Amino acid sequence: MEVRIQTEDFDLGAEILNLRRGNSGIGAVASFVGLVRDLNHSTTVTEMTLEHYPGMTEKALSEIMGEAKQRWNIINTLVIHRIGPLKPTDQIVLVAVSSAHRGDAFAACEFIMDYLKTRAPFWKKEQTEAGAHWVNARESDETAAQRWTAPSA
Amino acid sequence: MITLLYFARLRETFGLSSERANPPADVTDVRSLTEWLCQRGGTWQEELAQDKPVRVAVNQDIADPDTAVGDGDEVAFFPPVTGG
Repeated sequence: MEVRIQTEDFDLGAEILNLRRGNSGIGAVASFVGLVRDLNHSTTVTEMTLEHYPGMTEKALSEIMGEAKQRWNIINTLVIHRIGPLKPTDQIVLVAVSSAHRGDAFAACEFIMDYLKTRAPFWKKEQTEAGAHWVNARESDETAAQRWTAPSA
Repeated sequence: MITLLYFARLRETFGLSSERANPPADVTDVRSLTEWLCQRGGTWQEELAQDKPVRVAVNQDIADPDTAVGDGDEVAFFPPVTGG
């Protein structure tokens, strides 16, 4: 389990290689990469800044990854989240999960991402042609996270 | 003494990222702490009013209005998160 909060970009290929190095029990790696879009609510975004709560961010992400490890049969997890100024097309976030079989990696990766969106203390401020504003939380992100708490059949 | 932290829109509106505070003895939980801060009036009253979607963390765990707050705690106020 590894959490990294950084201003620098990341290399997906290198990170996945590192995640699975030396473990021949890994049969699957699922990953998600989030990117900065140039359009949000039909306004052109020229730049955004990511703020976070140092300390709580790492704690919240570690808890989310620990919960994933309890729910699915996964081997290792990695979350990288960038902070500071970012531009459209830049990578913001990486979630990668390794497991023996694909189902666990797919599910855990989506779970970690959904929980990150609603529980990890990051905030986006967008710079648009009309000025700067803090991004509002989306109801759909809350709904996405809540489906993991629904009783399983 | 408690440490208060403010993030994102709240940090900008209050013009403050952190402070040390010594609330009165009847401040025992998140609800009473928030009410005490609202008494500062102005933007404090506006941003921390009950109908505002403000999140609170006590010692870096998400809290609710009934979460206890005491001496030495770190209490953070922030808008709903928007990372990822």
